[in-house]
Amino acid sequence: MSKKNPEYDFKWCPGCGDFGVRRAIEFAMIDRLEETGLPMENNVVIAGIGCSGNLVHLMEGNQPYGFHGIHGRSLPIAFGTKMARPDLNVMVVAGDGDFLSIGGEHIGPQAARNLNICAVIMDNGVYGLTKGQSSPTTKLGEITSSTPYGKIEADLNPLELYLTLGVSFIASGFSSQPRPLAELITQGMEHAGFSIVHVQSPCTTYNDTFEQLKGNVKKGIEPMLWNIPEDHDASDKAAAHDLLQQGGIPVGVLYNDESRPSLDQQVEQMWEKARPQSVEALMDAFKF
Amino acid sequence: MEMRDFVVRFAGEGGQGVVTSAEGLAQTSTQAGYHALTFATFPSQILGGPTWTQARISVDHLLSPGDDVDVLVAFNQEAYDTHKEDLRPDGVIIFNSNEFELEGDPRGFGLPVEDLARATGNNRAANMVIIGALAHLVHMPQEFLEEFVIARFTRGRAGDDEIIRSNIQALTSGREHIAESGLDLGDLAPAVRPDGQQLMLKGNEAICLGSLAAGLEVYAGYPISPATTILLWMERNLVGPGKFAYQVSSEIESITTLLGAGFAGKKAMTATAGPGFSLMSEGLGLGWIAEIPLVVVNVQRGGPATGLPTKTEQSDLMACMYPAHGDVKMPVIAVGTVEECFFGAIKAIEWAERYQGPVVLMTEMSLAERVQNIPRPDLSKVQVDARKVYTGDNGYRRYAGFELSPMPIPGGPGAYMANGSEHDDFGDTTHLPARHVQMTERRFSKIKLLEEDDYEIDRPEEAIVFMPWGGSKGPALEAYNILKEKSVPVGWCYTMYLNPLPPKLLEELKQKELVIVPELNYQGQFASILRSQGVKAEAITQYTGLPFKVRDLVNRVTEMTNSRRKEMVKA
Repeated sequence: MSKKNPEYDFKWCPGCGDFGVRRAIEFAMIDRLEETGLPMENNVVIAGIGCSGNLVHLMEGNQPYGFHGIHGRSLPIAFGTKMARPDLNVMVVAGDGDFLSIGGEHIGPQAARNLNICAVIMDNGVYGLTKGQSSPTTKLGEITSSTPYGKIEADLNPLELYLTLGVSFIASGFSSQPRPLAELITQGMEHAGFSIVHVQSPCTTYNDTFEQLKGNVKKGIEPMLWNIPEDHDASDKAAAHDLLQQGGIPVGVLYNDESRPSLDQQVEQMWEKARPQSVEALMDAFKF
Repeated sequence: MEMRDFVVRFAGEGGQGVVTSAEGLAQTSTQAGYHALTFATFPSQILGGPTWTQARISVDHLLSPGDDVDVLVAFNQEAYDTHKEDLRPDGVIIFNSNEFELEGDPRGFGLPVEDLARATGNNRAANMVIIGALAHLVHMPQEFLEEFVIARFTRGRAGDDEIIRSNIQALTSGREHIAESGLDLGDLAPAVRPDGQQLMLKGNEAICLGSLAAGLEVYAGYPISPATTILLWMERNLVGPGKFAYQVSSEIESITTLLGAGFAGKKAMTATAGPGFSLMSEGLGLGWIAEIPLVVVNVQRGGPATGLPTKTEQSDLMACMYPAHGDVKMPVIAVGTVEECFFGAIKAIEWAERYQGPVVLMTEMSLAERVQNIPRPDLSKVQVDARKVYTGDNGYRRYAGFELSPMPIPGGPGAYMANGSEHDDFGDTTHLPARHVQMTERRFSKIKLLEEDDYEIDRPEEAIVFMPWGGSKGPALEAYNILKEKSVPVGWCYTMYLNPLPPKLLEELKQKELVIVPELNYQGQFASILRSQGVKAEAITQYTGLPFKVRDLVNRVTEMTNSRRKEMVKA
C-alpha cells in the first residue's frame, strides 16, 4: 500500500524486526529498478501467513505485485508464478513458523529444482500473530505459551537445513542492518537459482532477542551474531558447513553455488528434445 | 438372427493381456466401421490380481458396456468362477487351455493361446489368437482383421513384415481352431461406417486434447489413480516456449502452483482423484477469495480416504461443489461421455477465465479408462472467451464493486495484492463488515456469468423425468430409450453443468412431480442438491464400485414411476 490505508488495521509492534526487513527489501527493489530499468510491476512478492506476511501490505512507494496466500504455501505459489512467467522477479517473504513448520515440505523440492526465486525468511523464533507459541527455531527448554514446562523438541538450525537440502544460495542477515541486508537480498535476487536470505528479525513482544544477538558489553553478553570472514569461499560446501559448527549465528553469504542451472534454464534446454505439436497433430495420434 | 451388437468380457490376472485384448478387439472393430466401447477395472497392483475388461462392439452408437456378456474369455479358473453369472445362458466361454481346463460347462471351448502364438514365432501375438476366434463367432470377415494388423504394425521398421505375418497367422489359427468346435453366435450385422473421421480414445485423453484446444498453458500434477495418465500426457505434450507441465511433490503443491500461474495470467489445470482433491481444499478456497482462474479435474474413484482407487463412483459431488471452508460454492461441470470429456475440458477452462476463479471438472474412473470411438472434434468451432485483463494505469482498485472486473497481470500495470484474507478493493487485508458483505456478494455474483442455456430434454410434457449426471449418463440414456419404447411415462433431462444449472432447465425441473436421479453413491448427492434448489428429486443409488446396469435402471425407474403415478391419481 503506497499511502496510509484507513481500512487496513494491521500493525507491527514497535521495534519489530520486520520493519528493518521491509526497508531492506524496498532498498533492493529500488536498486533493481534503477539498475535494470524494469518497472516495479515486474516484481512479485508472495507472502506467507503471520506477522511477516503482512510485509506485502506495508511496503511504501511504488507497489510491486503481491500475493498474500495461505499458511505455509508461499513457495509453491511462487513456483507457479515463476514457471508461468520466468521474466518476472519473484520473491517470497515468510516467517520461521510459516516457512519451516507448516511449509517445510516445500523447501526440499524447490532446492532440488533450483527454482529461480529469492526467499527472505524473517526468523523471530516464535509464532507472533497467534501470540507466542513455540516455532521450529525456538530454543530447546524455552518457555512459551505452548510450552508451559519448557520446549522439549530440539531447535532447528535453518542454515544447516538449507545447506543439506541443496539450496544453491544461502545468506544470513540481521534486521537491524537494512543496508547490508539489502545487499544480501540483491545478491539473492541476482542469483540464477533458489536463494534464501535468512534474517534474524526479533519479536519485541514475545521473543525479544535483540540483546543476545547484538551482545551487551556492560552485561557481559557475548553477541551471537558474527560476520562471515571475507576469505570464506562461499562456493565450498564443506567450508560453509564448517562455519556453521562454530556456534552463534554467522552473518553474510554462507553458500553460493553458481554451477547449477536454474529450473527455468533447464526447462528451456528441454525444448530442444521436446517438439511441440499442434492440437490437430495430437488428435491425429488417435485416428484410425 | 442377425446381432446388432456383441459383448465380450476378458477376465484373468493383471499382466495376462486382459486389457490389451479388449482394446485390440475394440480397435479392430472400429477399423471395420463398427462402434466400440470398453470398460476396464483393475486391481490396485502392477502384476497379478484379478482384473477384467469388457468390450462392446456394435453397429450403432454405444452408450454403455452392456449388461449381458455374449462371450467370456477366461484366462484362469477364478475368472470363470467370478464372471460366469454375467454370461448369458447361450453365451460362449473361450478359456485359455494353456492355463487351465474348464470342466462341466458345455459352453466352454479351450484355446491353447500361448501354444498357438508360439507356433507363429511371435509370443506377443497371443491376443490376436483370441481376436481371431472371437471374429469367427460373429462371422466378422477375416479381411477386416488383416487390414487392422497391417495398419497397426506398418511402422517403417525393419521387422514390420515379420510382425504382420505372425499376427495374421495368429488371427487365422484362432479362427480355424474355434471353427472345429461348431460354436457360433450368429451374424453380426454389417458395419455402417460413421460419417466423418473418428478418433478412438480414452476419456482422460479427450480431456487432455480438449484442454489444449482451449489453450492450456500450465499443468501441475501428482501421480494418483485414475488421473495419472493426464499428468503423463501433459509432460510429454504440453511443451514449448510459454508452456509448463510438471510433476510436483503433492496435491498441495499442484493447487498452489496453479494459483501462482493463474495469478500470473496463465490458463492452468491439474487433475487428481479424491485423496488429492481433499488436499486441495484450502487452495480452492484461496482461488475463490483471491479470484484466480484455474481448473481442477477430479477423476472420481471410490472413497473416502484411499477407498477404492481403481473402481468407479460418483461420490465426490458434494466435495467438489463445496470443497472449502467458508462461503464457497464452486462451479462444477460433470462430463458423461468420452466426447463430453473433450468439450467439458474446453468449457471448464473457459469458465475459469470468464469468471476469474476455480472450476471443478468432474469425471470418473469408468470414463477415464473407457476407450470409445467419437467423431473427430472440429477445432474451427472451438471458441474460448479470453480473460478480461486490466490495461489502464497503476493505482488500480482490482476488487472494486459488486461484479467481475478486469484482472491485472504481473509485469503489466495495475499492481495489486491478491489476498486470501478478506480485503478491500486494492487487496489489503480488512475486517470491516461492509467489505465482507461487498466481497462475498461480488464473488457469488460472478457465478451468474457461467449460466449456459444448453441442456438435453426429451418428452418435456411428462410430469416425471429421469435425469442422470456424469458417467451414469450412458447406461441411463440406454435405459431411457428402452423405457420410451415401452411407453413408460417418463421424460429425460441431462446437463453437464451442475453449478450453475442452466436456469431454464432448473425452471423445468421445478415444475416436475418427480425427478429421478441415478447416481453411484450412498447419499444421493445430486438429488439432495436438486432438492435444496426446490426440485422434487429422488435418487436411485448404487455403491458397488461398478457402473449401473441398464436393466436395473429400467426396472427401478418403472417401479418408481408406477408408484408415483398411483399417488398422483389418489391425490
